Amino acid sequence: MLSFKDFGRACVVALWFMVLTFPLMVIKVNPIDRVITWRWHNMVWVGVGSFLCYLASRAWQIHRDARLRRIRLGQEEEKEPLSRRILQNPSIYRPLLAAGALFFLAFPGLFSTYQTNIMITALMYVVLGLGLNIVVGVAGLLDLGYVAFYAVGAYAYALLNLHFGLGFWTVLPIGGLLAATFGILLGFPVLRLRGDYLAIVTLGFGEIIRLILENWNEFSHGPSGISNIPRPGFFGIQMSLDQSITYLYYLMIGMVLFTIFVVNRLQNSRIGRAWFALREDEIACQAMGIDKTRTKLTAFALGATWAGMVGVIFAAKTTFVNPASFTFLESAIILCIVVLGGMGSIVGVIIAALVLILLPEYLRAFSEYRMLVFGAVLVIMMVFRPQGIVANIRKTYRVEEG
Amino acid sequence: MDYFVELFFSGLTRGSIYALIALGYTMVYGIIGLINFAHGEIYMIGAFTALIVSTVLSIFGFPLPAIIILTALAAAIWASAYGYTVEKLAYRPLRNASRLSPLISAIGMSIFLQNYVLLAQTPDFLPFPALIPDFDFMEPYAGFIGSSDLVILVTTTVIMILLTLLIKFTRTGKAMRATAQDRKMAMLVGINVDHVISITFILGSALAAIGGMLIASHIGQINFYIGFIAGIKAFTAAVLGGIGSIPGAVLGSFILGLTESFATGYVSSDYEDVFAFSLLVLILIFRPSGLLGKATIEKV
Amino acid sequence: MNPILEVKGLTMDFGGIRALDHLDLHVNQGEIVALIGPNGAGKTTFFNCLTGLYKPTAGDLLLTPPGGRTRRLGGLKPNHVTRQGLARTFQNIRLFPNMTVLENVMIGRHCRTRAKVLGAIFRDRRTRQEEREIVALSISILEELGLADMINEFAKNLPYGAQRRLEIARALATEPLILLLDEPAAGMNPQETRELDELICRIRDKGLSILLIEHDMKLVMSLSDHIFVMDYGRKIADGTPEEIRTNPAVIKAYLGEDVDDA
Repeated sequence: MLSFKDFGRACVVALWFMVLTFPLMVIKVNPIDRVITWRWHNMVWVGVGSFLCYLASRAWQIHRDARLRRIRLGQEEEKEPLSRRILQNPSIYRPLLAAGALFFLAFPGLFSTYQTNIMITALMYVVLGLGLNIVVGVAGLLDLGYVAFYAVGAYAYALLNLHFGLGFWTVLPIGGLLAATFGILLGFPVLRLRGDYLAIVTLGFGEIIRLILENWNEFSHGPSGISNIPRPGFFGIQMSLDQSITYLYYLMIGMVLFTIFVVNRLQNSRIGRAWFALREDEIACQAMGIDKTRTKLTAFALGATWAGMVGVIFAAKTTFVNPASFTFLESAIILCIVVLGGMGSIVGVIIAALVLILLPEYLRAFSEYRMLVFGAVLVIMMVFRPQGIVANIRKTYRVEEG
Repeated sequence: MDYFVELFFSGLTRGSIYALIALGYTMVYGIIGLINFAHGEIYMIGAFTALIVSTVLSIFGFPLPAIIILTALAAAIWASAYGYTVEKLAYRPLRNASRLSPLISAIGMSIFLQNYVLLAQTPDFLPFPALIPDFDFMEPYAGFIGSSDLVILVTTTVIMILLTLLIKFTRTGKAMRATAQDRKMAMLVGINVDHVISITFILGSALAAIGGMLIASHIGQINFYIGFIAGIKAFTAAVLGGIGSIPGAVLGSFILGLTESFATGYVSSDYEDVFAFSLLVLILIFRPSGLLGKATIEKV
Repeated sequence: MNPILEVKGLTMDFGGIRALDHLDLHVNQGEIVALIGPNGAGKTTFFNCLTGLYKPTAGDLLLTPPGGRTRRLGGLKPNHVTRQGLARTFQNIRLFPNMTVLENVMIGRHCRTRAKVLGAIFRDRRTRQEEREIVALSISILEELGLADMINEFAKNLPYGAQRRLEIARALATEPLILLLDEPAAGMNPQETRELDELICRIRDKGLSILLIEHDMKLVMSLSDHIFVMDYGRKIADGTPEEIRTNPAVIKAYLGEDVDDA
C-alpha cells in the first residue's frame, strides 16, 4: 500500500515540476508587442498531474516488488502473461481471430469512405511496423532513418510514372528492390559501427535523403513535390473514387497478410535465429560462426524492402508526394509502434500500429498531443515494460521419442 | 580578403556555439556511454527560457547589464534542472538495461521535449531581442566581426578555461574523470556515482543553455525545432573530435564551424545541413574514434 | 604427423603493452592440452587471438585437419575461424539469454547449414529437411550433455552449471576439430567438476582435440596430456603434468620469487 511518506514525496515531486515548468508553461511573451500572458492554471495542471503520476508509478513499483517477493518465497506461481495465455490457447484465440478477420473484411461495407481511408493508413503503418520490427525488434539494429526507404519507394513510383509511365503493379516490386538496394548501399559501410553510432548515422542518412529531395529541384521537383500520381489499376477497369479506395483497402489487407506470412517464416528460420542471436550477443554470435555483417545487412535490406513497397502504396493512395511527408518524426512514429508492440512480436506490432494510428484520428481533441504522447510512450515503455505490450514468444519444440 | 576574414570569424562563432553544446554530449558519453539525444532539446529550452526571462525583465524595466546577467543565470539554472530531471526519469532506471533501451528512451525524451515546448509556447518562430549592444570600439572592424561575435568568442573561451580547471583540479572533476574511466571501481573507492552523473548532466545542460541564449540573440529568432539540427551538428563535432574527449569536442566544433562557414560562403547554402550530416557519416565510417579519441577494444 | 594446431611466435600488443610475447604452442590430434598461468598471464588474450576476435600483431596460427592441408588462421574473421573448426566457450558465460536452450544450440549449426532468405520464405523441401536435421542433431547433443529435459527453457533461467554445459553444447554443434574451453570449471562445485572431467574425456574420445584454460589444478593434472604454462605473455614451461608439477620456473611464477628461501 502507499504510505504517508509516499504522499509527502509526491508533494515534493509536484512542487519540483511546478517550478521546473514555470517559465515555459506559465509565462508566454510576445517580444514585439511587449505583452506578457500569465497562465497560472497550467501550473495547477502540472502540479496535479505530476502528483498523480508519481503516486501511480510508486503504486506500480510496490505492487511489482510484492509480487516478486511472493514468487521468490514460493507463495505464488509465476504467472504466464495474459497475452501469452491468450495466444497459446486455441479455444480463445481462434474465435478472436475469426471475429477480427470478419471485421476487417467487412470494414469498407460497414463504414464510410473516410473511415476506410483512415484504416488504409493504419494498415500501412502495420506493414511499416512489421518491416522495422525485423531491423530493430529482431536484429537489434536501431534504425532511425527508416523513413528514407519509405521515401525511396514513394518517389520511385512518382518519378517512374512521371518519366516512363510505369504502372503501380510494375513499380511495387521495383520500389521494394530499390529500397533494399539503398539499404545495402547504406548498410555496407555503417553496419560495422556500434549500435549507438548506427542510430545516429541512420538518422543522418534519413535527413540527407529528405534534404536532397527538398533541394534538388530538377530531380524531385523540390518542396512542391509531384502530383497527379495514378491510383493502382485493376486490369484497366475505370473506378470511381470510392471504388478505388475500397480496392486499395483490400489490396492493403492482402499486403498485411503477405507481410505477416513472410515475417513469421523469416523469424522461424535459420536467418531469423541468427538475427535474434545477434541482438542478444554479437561476440558470441561471431564465435558461433555467424557472419555478423552479412546477417545485419540481410535484416537491414529486408526491413527496407517493406518500407519501399509501402512507399509505393503511399504515393498511389495520396496521388501526391513531397518531402514533408518523410521527416524524422515519421521514423519516430514507426519506432514507437515497434517499441510499444514489443520487440520482435508480430501480434504486438499489429495491435500497436492500429492503436497508435487510429486513436489520434478518432480522438480529434487529443490529436495535437500526438507526438508528445509518442515521445512519452517511448520513455515509459523502456522504463516500465521494455518487452512491449505483447512479449515475443519463442517457438517450443518437443523431444521426439525413439 | 575581407570576405574571407568575415567567413573566418563567423565560422569561429558557429564553432564556439557548437562547442558549448558538444561538451554536453561528450561529457555524458564519457561517463555513461550514452548518446543523449535530448541534449539538443535542452539547448532549445535554454534559448526559450532566455527569451521569456529577458522579455519579462525588459518589460519590468531592468537595465540591460542586469537583464543579461539574470537571463544567463535563469537559462542556465532551468536548463540544468531539465537536464537533471531527464537523467533521473529517462536514463537512471535503465542503467543496467540492454544497450538499446537507453537510446530509445533518449529519442523519446527528445521528441517529448520538442513537442512540450511546441504546445506550451508556440509552433512559430519567435523574434529574439538582441541582448548585446554594438560596442563603439568595434566600429572599425564591423565589416567582418560583429560585437555579438566578439562576446560569444570571449564567453566561450572563458567557459572552456573554467571547465578545464574544474575537471583538472577540483574534487568533483577528479570524481568525474574516475567515473568515466571505470564506473565500478569509482563506486568501490567511495565515489557517489549517481551524484557525479547528475553533476555531469547539470554542467552539460548549463553550457548548452548559455550557448542557446548567445546564438539566439545573435541570430534573432528561435522555434521549438532549433535543438534538433543544432544537436546533430554538435554531436557531429563531438564525434569528429573523438567522443568522450573534452579537447576533442572543442577542436571538432571549431573545425565543423569553420568548414561550414566557408562551404556556405563559397559554395552554396542550399546543402548546408546535408554537409554536416555527410561529414558525420563519413567520420563514423572511416575514423569512428575521431581525431583525439582512442580506439576501444571490447573486452571479451 | 603435423600437430592439428600449431602456434608460432604469436605476439599481441595493445598500445605499448605486450600481452603476448612470441608464444609457441601446439596441440596434437586427440590430445587434451591445458594452458595455465597466473591471472593476467594472457591466456584469454591468446584465445581471442586464436579465434579471430583480436588481430595478432605477429606470428602464425596453423590448423591442420587430420588428412587435410594446413591452413593459416591468422587474419581470418571469427566466423571463418569457427568454420575452419575451432569452437570456443567464454570465461564469463556468453549465451543468448532470451533464447531457448535448444535455439542456443541450433545457432551453433548456423555455419554448417545453408538455408537462405528465399528458402526461409518458401520453405522448400531442402530447407525443411535441413531444419529437421538441425533440430534432431541439436537435441541429440543436448541429450548427451544431460540438458534434454530443459530444451524449451530460456537460457537465462538455467542454473549456473547447466549454463556452462550449454555453452559447450553450443560449441559442439559447430562440429569443431578443436574445442577451446575458457575456464570451464570456474564456479563449479566438486561434484559438477567431476562431471565436467568425465564430459571432457568423452568429447576427446570422440576424436576432438581440446585446448583448455583452467585454474583448477586437480582437474588440469588429471585431464591433460600436455600442459603449457604462461606468465607475462610468455611461455615459461611446457611438458607432461608430471614435469610441470616439479618445474621450478612454474612454482616460482605461481608462488613468487622467494620460494627457494622458504
